[in-house]
Amino acid sequence: MSNAVATKTRNADKVNTNGSRIISSRTRVFSYVFLSITAVLWIIPLVWTLYTSLRPEADTNKYGYLSTGGAFNFANFSQAWTQGLFAHYFVNSAIITIPAVIITLFLASMVAFAVSRYTWKFNITLLILFTAGNLLPAQILAAPLFQMYKHFPLPLSISDSGSLLNTYYGVIIANVAFQVGFCTFVLSNYMKALPAELGEAARVDGASVFRQYWQIIMPLTRPALAALATLEFIWIYNDFFWALLFIQSGDRLPITTGINNLNGVFAQNYNLIAAGAIMTAVPTLVIYLVLQKQFVAGLTLGSSKG
Amino acid sequence: MATTIASTPATGPNPAPAVRKGRRRLRTFSRGDKVTLSLMVGIPALCELVLVWLPALLSVGLSFTNARLDISQPGGVHLVGTSNYQFIAQSYPPFVPAIEHNVIWLLFLTFIATPLGLLIAVLLDFNLRGSWIYQSVFFIPVMLSLALVGIIWQLMYSSDSGLINSVLGTAGKPGAIDWFGNSQINLWAALIATSWKHVGYIMILYLAGLKGVDPTLKEAAAIDGASAAQTFFRVVFPAMRPINIIVVVITVIEALRAFDIVYIINRGTNGLELVSALVVQNLVGEGTNIGVGAALATVLLIVSLVPITIYLGRTFRKETR
Repeated sequence: MSNAVATKTRNADKVNTNGSRIISSRTRVFSYVFLSITAVLWIIPLVWTLYTSLRPEADTNKYGYLSTGGAFNFANFSQAWTQGLFAHYFVNSAIITIPAVIITLFLASMVAFAVSRYTWKFNITLLILFTAGNLLPAQILAAPLFQMYKHFPLPLSISDSGSLLNTYYGVIIANVAFQVGFCTFVLSNYMKALPAELGEAARVDGASVFRQYWQIIMPLTRPALAALATLEFIWIYNDFFWALLFIQSGDRLPITTGINNLNGVFAQNYNLIAAGAIMTAVPTLVIYLVLQKQFVAGLTLGSSKG
Repeated sequence: MATTIASTPATGPNPAPAVRKGRRRLRTFSRGDKVTLSLMVGIPALCELVLVWLPALLSVGLSFTNARLDISQPGGVHLVGTSNYQFIAQSYPPFVPAIEHNVIWLLFLTFIATPLGLLIAVLLDFNLRGSWIYQSVFFIPVMLSLALVGIIWQLMYSSDSGLINSVLGTAGKPGAIDWFGNSQINLWAALIATSWKHVGYIMILYLAGLKGVDPTLKEAAAIDGASAAQTFFRVVFPAMRPINIIVVVITVIEALRAFDIVYIINRGTNGLELVSALVVQNLVGEGTNIGVGAALATVLLIVSLVPITIYLGRTFRKETR
């Protein structure tokens, strides 16, 4: 069949150089109408949240939420920021997310290097172990992990609970263990595609395994690492569960878990809740604007194989 | 952006021969190199084993015990056979609804959200003018956490000030529909909120998949007189088999993992019971019962292993041969 296809294309390859010419005008009209309606429906929740966040509660109570009357300002944002512990939450998110991303990528790249550049007896077993671990629902691990943390003694100078519970370490470790599988899978596929001669040349020059990893393979893996760093930053920043399980003090929660408390703190003041939601979304939206390509690349790297 | 998507999946034109040639047996290494390699694999593998696979196995173990508040409880932890499983099957009212809701969740994502994401990707792939605007709109929710998605949709659904009730003119009145509070409809309300994110995720994956399909296939089909629909269903869709498999796996796993959004709405009660939420309900607060929580977790584990095994079998079969 592919032969027939090739011949036919050669005869007429000027006709359809551009993908959009294949579709009929009826299809085009349908596409525009369908996409426009869907896109408007899709953007409404965000626009509504932003709109609500800019209006004082007194005005929305007076005119109703679906109205244009009253003032528009950022008062809700400053009130939500101070009242909702947002400064705390954001710092906590950074304390958890940044080390977790770095450690995840470091561990994953080492395994990926070892299994992709050399033949081991347990290569596939290892990769399966890592990849499958990432696909399990986190709740499966919750009870035993909580008990392991609780009975893991730490000096009080490091942890005021005397264990891994209620510490940033606990949340970082859980995030790393859970994400390292996906990164190993993606990085090992990427490293396999690098030419083998690189390693051979380095070995002839007497470079140790660690130098081959750190100075030859890692720099070449930079595009994949950048894509994964972006993706993992979003995923770990967005993680709700581990902090929910392990952190008991409200002032140590990262922002994603912290917003669970907003309803209570803001006493059903929807204008404040909306402002809090917008502030929570800001870091991810900034990344969306600046690093969108990296994020998409990270997602699609993971699905390039199957 | 389109070019990035198109180029990234192809991490290398044909890596296979190079790899086979370049691999070396471990015994050609010096002792120092062996130690380095062992550490490079050993430390992360130990992390994965101790923090993921050991807890998964311990969940199975704990499910056969009478552990309640803590594993060092007074009187000790004893094996109690399958009594935790008998309890959840016979005298734990939320269990059956939770299973039903997980199934509905899976069916909704599979037959509504995922196909919608595919349709949007196909239409965007026509390269219409301004398609990047549409793409960005569908993309934004993918970046947000499901917890935040729950908060944002609460502003849509709330009975006294939500947008939907405001538009219907029922906001704050007795006739207002409490979308997240009414146990008859809140599952569907939560599914729409969750799909708001899921559709965009699927769209991104399929956009990459569509860019990866050889354009000459589409052209040839068009020259043969195939309609757009025929071209898609007979040529393009089958050619995206690897992406289709990933999307199916992601959809199933997402349905099993669903937790954040129902937990933020009402902790997974009153119409929003899911197995994952029941696990957590049994681990925190007053009714803590580790044995029951572990039994629920084991049910979830066994169900999850089905799609995971199928997926890994497909992915790694080529390499083991």
